This record gives sequence, C-alpha cells and structure tokens, in this order.
Amino acid sequence: MTQYLDFEKPLSEIEGKAEELRAMARADETVDVEREAALLDAKARDLLTSLYGGLSPWQKAQVARHADRPHCKDYIETLFTDWTPLAGDRNFADDHAVMGGLARLEGRAVVVIGHEKGHDTRTRIERNFGMARPEGYRKAIRLMEMADRFGLPVVSLIDTPGAYPGKGAEERGQSEAIARSTQACLRLGVPLVSVIIGEGGSGGAVAFATANRVAMLEHSIYSVISPEGCASILWKDAEKMREAAEALRLTAQDLLKLSVIDRVVPEPLGGAHRNRAETVRAVGEAIEGMLAEFDGRPAEDIRAARRTKFLGMGSTGLVA
Amino acid sequence: MNWISNYVRPKINSLFSRREVPENLWTKCDECGTMLFHRELADNLQVCTNCGHHMNITPRERFNALFDGGVFTDVAVPKPIDDPLRFRDQKKYPDRLKAAQKASGETEAMLVVEGEIHRTPVVAACQDFSFMAGSMGMYVGNAIIAAAERAVALGRPLILFSAAGGARMQEGILSLMQMPRTTVAVEMLKEAGLPYIVVLTHPTTGGVTASYAMLGDVQIAEPNALICFAGPRVIEQTIRETLPEGFQRAEYLLDHGMLDRVTPRGEQRDELATILRMLTGEGPIVYGDLPAPIQDEALAEAVQAVEETVEATPAPAADGDKTT
Ligand SMILES: [Zn+2]
Repeated sequence: MTQYLDFEKPLSEIEGKAEELRAMARADETVDVEREAALLDAKARDLLTSLYGGLSPWQKAQVARHADRPHCKDYIETLFTDWTPLAGDRNFADDHAVMGGLARLEGRAVVVIGHEKGHDTRTRIERNFGMARPEGYRKAIRLMEMADRFGLPVVSLIDTPGAYPGKGAEERGQSEAIARSTQACLRLGVPLVSVIIGEGGSGGAVAFATANRVAMLEHSIYSVISPEGCASILWKDAEKMREAAEALRLTAQDLLKLSVIDRVVPEPLGGAHRNRAETVRAVGEAIEGMLAEFDGRPAEDIRAARRTKFLGMGSTGLVA
Repeated sequence: MNWISNYVRPKINSLFSRREVPENLWTKCDECGTMLFHRELADNLQVCTNCGHHMNITPRERFNALFDGGVFTDVAVPKPIDDPLRFRDQKKYPDRLKAAQKASGETEAMLVVEGEIHRTPVVAACQDFSFMAGSMGMYVGNAIIAAAERAVALGRPLILFSAAGGARMQEGILSLMQMPRTTVAVEMLKEAGLPYIVVLTHPTTGGVTASYAMLGDVQIAEPNALICFAGPRVIEQTIRETLPEGFQRAEYLLDHGMLDRVTPRGEQRDELATILRMLTGEGPIVYGDLPAPIQDEALAEAVQAVEETVEATPAPAADGDKTT
C-alpha cells in the first residue's frame, strides 16, 4: 500500500480506482477492465509527472520525510558488502540513531556513518526517530579517527530531523559532541563524502556532512531549522511552514545554486519511495563518483581542499 | 591605585554617560528588583551591585574594561554579500538588519579587536546579544575567521566572548554553514599553537554552542549564563517534564563537566591574563603602577614592527617551554 501525502490526494483517487477495477477483474474473470485501468494508469502517470515536476519546498519536505523512503539501513544493506557494524562511544552508550561501521563499496573498504530513522513504531522508537544523542556523535568521531588512521574513505548518509532535544542529551554535552564531530570531519586526511538522503536537520546533519563532497537526493531537504520551527519563531505561527520552507531555500536545487552542495541525485518519478531499488542504485553511483574524485590525492591536499571549500562558502548568493 | 583607575577610567565613564544613558538614569535589576544608578552599574560592568546578576553588556563597554587603559583597535571583518537568500518573513531581512544597525551603532553582531590585557597582547572577539539576538550568520562567521587569522598573523591568543540566540535564520543554510566555517578558524589557532579561550555569556545557545563556543582550550562562563543547544522550552515540550532548578545554567554545566570555570565579569580581566601568560610562557602579571600604553598610532606601528622582527628571531627559552 502506497502511503499518500496530502498533495497526492487526487492521485490516490485515480490509482485507487484502477486498483478497484483490477480487484473486480480478479474476482470475476468474465469482466475485462484492463483497457479502462490502463487509461487510469496513464492518467495517474501524467498527474505524477506534473505534481513532481513542480513540488514546492514544503511538499519536498513532506516527500523527504515519507515513511516509505529508503533509509540509511536500506542503503547500507544494498550497496555495501562485508557490512560490520561497530558500536558504542566507549564512554556511556551505543546510540541506535546512528549506524556506523566498516563495509566495502565495490570492493573498496570504507567507514560508513549514517542516521537511521526506523520504519515502524518499534524501530522508530529504538532509533529515536533518527535524532542522535551525544553518544552518536562520539561514536562517529571514534570511527572517523579510525578511518583516518587506516586510510579508509568515509561515507556519511544524512537523514535526521536534528539533534535530540532531551535532558540527558544536554547534560552529556551534545553541543560539545556536535562541535567535536564537525572538527573530526575537518581533520580527516581521507575523503569524506556525504549524501543527504532525506532530512538534513541542522547541527545534527552538519556534524557528519562537513564533507569534501555533498550530494542530495532530488527531493531531500537540508536546513538550519525545520520549516515548522522557523515559522513559529519568525512568523509566530507554526502553520506558516509553507512560507518558511520557501524562504529558507532548503531544496537540493537551491542549495546547488548556493554551492553548499555539489550534486543532485535524481529520484524516480513520484519520489524515492516509489522505486526504492532505483534510488539506492543512483545514490551508490553518486558515492562512487564522488570518491573517485579523490583517488590518489595526498592526505594534506584532501584536508586543505575541504577547509578551503567551507571557508569560501557563501561568497556568492543565489545566482538568479 | 594605578593609572587605569585614576586617569583613564573616569574619562571613559564620562564618555559612556554622555553617549549611552541620556534619559534612563536608573535601571531595575531583573533578578532582585533593586533600582541601580546607571553610573554605578556601568562602573560595575553591568553587574547588579546588590545581587551580582549579570546583565547584557555591549562589546565596546566590555572591551573598555578588559583592555589596559581601555585601549583597543578594531580588526577589519570582510563584509559578506547582502541578503544572500533574499529572505523575507513578515519583514524583509535587510530592513531588520538596518534597524539593528541603527539601534546599536555597530555593523553586525560581532566585534573583533586587538589590545593588551595586563600587557598580554591578545586578539578578542565579542558577540553582541543586543544585535539581532547575537545570531550567527555570514558576518559572524567572517568575524571569527578574521579574528583567528589576525591572531595567527600576530602570534597572539584569541579570547572569544559568546552570546547568541543561535543561527541567523534569515541566512538559512548559510547560517548553518558557519558551524564548519568557524570550526576551521579554531583549527587555525590550534595548528599555530595559540591558546583559544571561550567566555560563554548569557545566553549562548543553538549552533553557536555546537561549534566555536565549545571548542576552547579553556571554557569559562559568566555566572548563571544559559548555555545549551536545545533551549529549555523545547525540551519541556518534547519530554513533558519539568526540568531541574538551574538546568543548563553555567553552574549546572560546571557540575556536569562541560566547563572549566564560572567567573564573574569583574574577575575576568585578571583571570584571562593569568591563564594566558601561563599558556604562553610569560611571567606572572605585574600589578601596580605602569606607564600607559602607547596611544600614538604611528609610534605604535613602529613599536609593533620592531616587536615582529624580535618575534621572528628564535627565542629558545620560550620555545622550549611551549614544547614541554
Ligand atoms: Zn540584582
């Protein structure tokens, strides 16, 4: 069952009708509905094309958060071999919102770090909805430092609403953990490449995405604050999230124009959740392409290039 | 008494009373309700003389009290492009910015200067909470990078006073990008072997706390300053329980191992110089009567040029101290 977003309502009606017809035909073999159903299919496809061709920033935010969108775990399990999760921050706990470990991408050993949101109630709670606590960043720091020592590239998959606003997370120094994680990214002499696969929420995203190359899926978002949060602060009305999403320039397309990201990975028609396998494959190709750019480059060069990139960021505005 | 309190301070205070407090002669302490005479409050660095409550202080007022003789020079900050996202909420971003500039008389939410504290040359940066809640955008990022570059060029420590409601939302993703940008600045200092001291003031929250404000070699906070990533209201809404007394305040963070010290404003000048002089292999502070620092610009430049030549020649004793 496809889960429809609010703006997909008209689509759900057409696709629902087509499904109804086919169900009828399955029940009674004498009824031929295929012609009519095929017409509805074509209509749905047209509608999907027009809807997804002109998604507003707020609609993209909804697609980016779609429950059926492939998550970190899906990418890891499909794209990588020899996946060996490594747990814990050696200090307090293992944060299940952050996956991390060793794996091979097309035979090449890498360290993988990513936020995992979970896919049903049980796993969402277990994963804390992809909101890391300090231990998650500290695990990532530990793994990045190990990657650096052994010359392994780091791949990070970003999908988080942001850091966890909880008592314990604050008491255990999540500000410091995020700052140190960003610092660990900047110190790497191995390439760090990131893909924003869903939500790139604020400091929780930056902590793993201070990378040599950052790619974004076509309908993912990356922002300093959620549209709802921004609306409630600047508009004093959380319902103004459409306006806030617009103003924040949080889409992959705008961020590419601002040179905050380096490439946009196209999604299948109707969003990543409509063809998960194709999405995962496209992200895999993007990661390999980004890593290949750094083959043979010396550590000092890779580190310096990353710093120069961030120092220069923001020197041009939106090129109209 | 030394020359600072005898001569320079009264002159500075008279400047303040003329410029900044024309009508409001009295300020009420938010904490204890005492009515405080403005002159007395300014003399006490905007700290309540009755209960010790630390109120907002402008960067210039802070630097006047921090530096020897109230003497400091602004360090130039590269101006970022205007309104990069063409952001508009209920007001246009450039209009909000202009209003803040008019109210404060400053360009932006951070002031970078150089000067001496107990004859210890430093670069200092101070965030201005009264300027759009001290929020961090491109300018603040540029200011911190300029401060670090200046410190590295002069071989001086950097002291940073933080105060911010968080990121400058009107600069969207570019405000978020100041987290890595300012972290690069901190890395420059670490690589140059220069001390970086952060003084967290009320309030320091959000992305500011999660970047340069938490990466100091020494972390000092002002009493009762709110220091957090997620604010207490957001947390209460999320976990639906009342937070303990003093949660996310300086003393609470000190207890939880997140800070080195909590130091009242009036003691910071001595403390900062004491720490920096130990970290940089200098002798203890010499208290007492000292000649005023050179204020003539041409002469100061000449002295600096000589100092730079001296610094360029190896000083084995000092280097030896640094490597141990
Ligand atoms: Zn008081």
